[in-house]
Amino acid sequence: MIRLRNVSKSYDGGLTFAVREVDLEVRPAELLVIVGESGSGKTTTLKMINRLVEPTSGMIVVDGKSVSESDPVDLRRRIGYVLQEVGLFPHMTVEENVAVVPELLGWDREEIHRRVEDLFALVGLDAGSFRLRYPAELSGGQRQRVGFARALAAGPRIMLMDEPFGALDPITRGGLQFEFRRMQQQLRLTVVMVTHDMMEALLVADRICVMEKGQIVEVATPSELLTQAVHPYAAALVRSPKEQADRLEALSKASGA
Amino acid sequence: MNFEENLGEQLQLLPDYLAHHMLLTASALLLSIAVCLPLAFLVVRVRSLQWPVLSFASVMQTVPGIALLALMVAVLGQIGFVPALGALVLYSMLPILRNAVTGLTGVDASIVEAATGCGMTRGQTLFRVQLPLAAPVVIAGIRTSAVWIVGTATLSTPVGATSLGNFIFSGLQTQNSLAVIVGCVSAAGLAILLDQAIRLLELSWRARNRVLRTAVAVAMLAGFGAGLSPLLSRQPASEASSIVVGAKTFTEQYILAQVIKRTVEREGIPVRTRTGMGSTVLFEALASGSIDCYVDYTGTLWANILKRGEIAPGREMLQEISDWLTEHYGIHLIGTLGFENTYALAMPRQRAVELGIATIGDLSRHAPELRMGSDYEFYGRPEWAGLRDRYGLAFRELRSFDPTLMYAAVHEGEVDLISAYSTDGRILLYDLQVLADPLGALPPYDAVVLLSGSAARRSDLVQALGGLLGFLSEDAVRRANKMVDLDGASVAKAADFLLSEVAAKKKAIEP
Repeated sequence: MIRLRNVSKSYDGGLTFAVREVDLEVRPAELLVIVGESGSGKTTTLKMINRLVEPTSGMIVVDGKSVSESDPVDLRRRIGYVLQEVGLFPHMTVEENVAVVPELLGWDREEIHRRVEDLFALVGLDAGSFRLRYPAELSGGQRQRVGFARALAAGPRIMLMDEPFGALDPITRGGLQFEFRRMQQQLRLTVVMVTHDMMEALLVADRICVMEKGQIVEVATPSELLTQAVHPYAAALVRSPKEQADRLEALSKASGA
Repeated sequence: MNFEENLGEQLQLLPDYLAHHMLLTASALLLSIAVCLPLAFLVVRVRSLQWPVLSFASVMQTVPGIALLALMVAVLGQIGFVPALGALVLYSMLPILRNAVTGLTGVDASIVEAATGCGMTRGQTLFRVQLPLAAPVVIAGIRTSAVWIVGTATLSTPVGATSLGNFIFSGLQTQNSLAVIVGCVSAAGLAILLDQAIRLLELSWRARNRVLRTAVAVAMLAGFGAGLSPLLSRQPASEASSIVVGAKTFTEQYILAQVIKRTVEREGIPVRTRTGMGSTVLFEALASGSIDCYVDYTGTLWANILKRGEIAPGREMLQEISDWLTEHYGIHLIGTLGFENTYALAMPRQRAVELGIATIGDLSRHAPELRMGSDYEFYGRPEWAGLRDRYGLAFRELRSFDPTLMYAAVHEGEVDLISAYSTDGRILLYDLQVLADPLGALPPYDAVVLLSGSAARRSDLVQALGGLLGFLSEDAVRRANKMVDLDGASVAKAADFLLSEVAAKKKAIEP
């Protein structure tokens, strides 16, 4: 579905690299999570897929076609894009935000209206009470649901997500992660998601791609990573969630005893 | 003139001045928006252009409005609406540009990225996201500009564009403070109205209420149309055959323009006046045919237009000026009105009698004990150098005053004599003796009627004006000036007086 071949990005003419010689394949209907700390190149990698950032070298193929040969505007309309909550347009109502891409694609009014209703139901928002509100009047979780609805509006097969749960409080985050995972499986979406939170990656991903200093150090399923991480940096990243899980288990055993 | 009469006279002028002012203001504002918004989009995208473009707008802002207007006249080679419009657009760019750039660059980068990520083109991102989000700041800039334009447009009177400034300029010159107040109050009112109208338009837009939006737009258009209606109802036919009489910015000129207007209208030729124009602007306007007629003075033309330094005898000077103007500009000098408005040395009559002074020649004996007062420029002019050298004048003290204070100063004995303007009404008020110039050291400043080439070809016009030539005495003009400057009479009244003087003189010489 998405393939990156030897992709590099340098902002200073090749002195330093934000992303270096990355090879990555995302399978259809797979949820792939890229994990790394800030500056690891994970967001740059994500943005090269919909050409918000142009690679310095290498090739990216989406749906069998090299993105450098696709019209960027067309490409982006076919790919859903979710950012942290600030990505909603503050001067538009919730409904208008969701309808942005269908409108750009020139759908007729009736069709857009029906689609918006469906999307509200899909992301679990009550259309009647939310349609005409502005983003500033919503909670963080509600805003992120609107963000999902907007990204899904034109029925994309692929979705790119940049720290989608980053700004949410822990309780909301857990619920939304779970719901999103269900939605992704139901719609058979191919998703690339970026996060710095390894626990989140372990809980939602089909596969996890660990990046460090612009390079991929390991790609593996969550369980492989937990049990047999090869690269020392990847092993270090899973240590903390593992310890938390062990501690929780110990606690629940202690109280159960 | 009593208050009601004066107010009535001013208010009668209001619809026409207001309509011109509104047309000028609205055109300048719309043009400025049309230029500045695309320019703002450009410099937001091409950062390297930001500094030069904003600096240019800042520089335009620092040029005094009146200087910018005069420069536009020189650059465009014409007077009236177009140069005024150009100057106002240049003058009003900065707030619109600066606010638009600030507003557009201030939009959260992540929102712009979201727009791009959704698949919006650059244009769609600009119009659907950046511009709506920047709108409050952009509109604040437009409102600032609108108020500036309304205010600055009052300065377009001296370049020949009719505006509410006509009240202010003529009022200041003819000591009619009511006219000044009418001009200021209507300009201020217009500024507030326009500002609030833009605000209302913005609010109705933001309310997303189609009915309200339409209602506000219709109301604004109706108000604007009503304001402009005096312009629309004007007969274009009369415009074509009418002539335009210009006037400089002092009382005598306002009165003479009225006198000419009445005289010519009596022959069935429609006349419009363009008063309160700068001296050189007026000459350029005549040369280009934007106006048809005005009164100038030989000494002024000699020094400022012919650029001659030496002083020639009156008759020779007149002939030379006349030939030169026709040859170089196609302007016709049809004759002198009969009076001079020249520099003249004057002192209180009683004092002159005491000292036995009747001419400038008599002054030299007493000069070492006398103090002289003058306006700011006189001591730097060739007239003074000529006087001083020809008569050997060495006064005890030379002082400079504002022209209006100079007369009071000589009256109150602060100085012993002044360089007066020979037709100033205050010579009569303070009973000053004008000293004769037997050596002819002061150049002649004969009032002459100038016609543009096309106006000079109209025999009816030339004949009508011929009836005035030689019939205006210095004394009569001085009295007319005094009526306006000191007795609070209207310009129209003073013109009536001069016309009756002309008629009386004609009767006296007719058999």
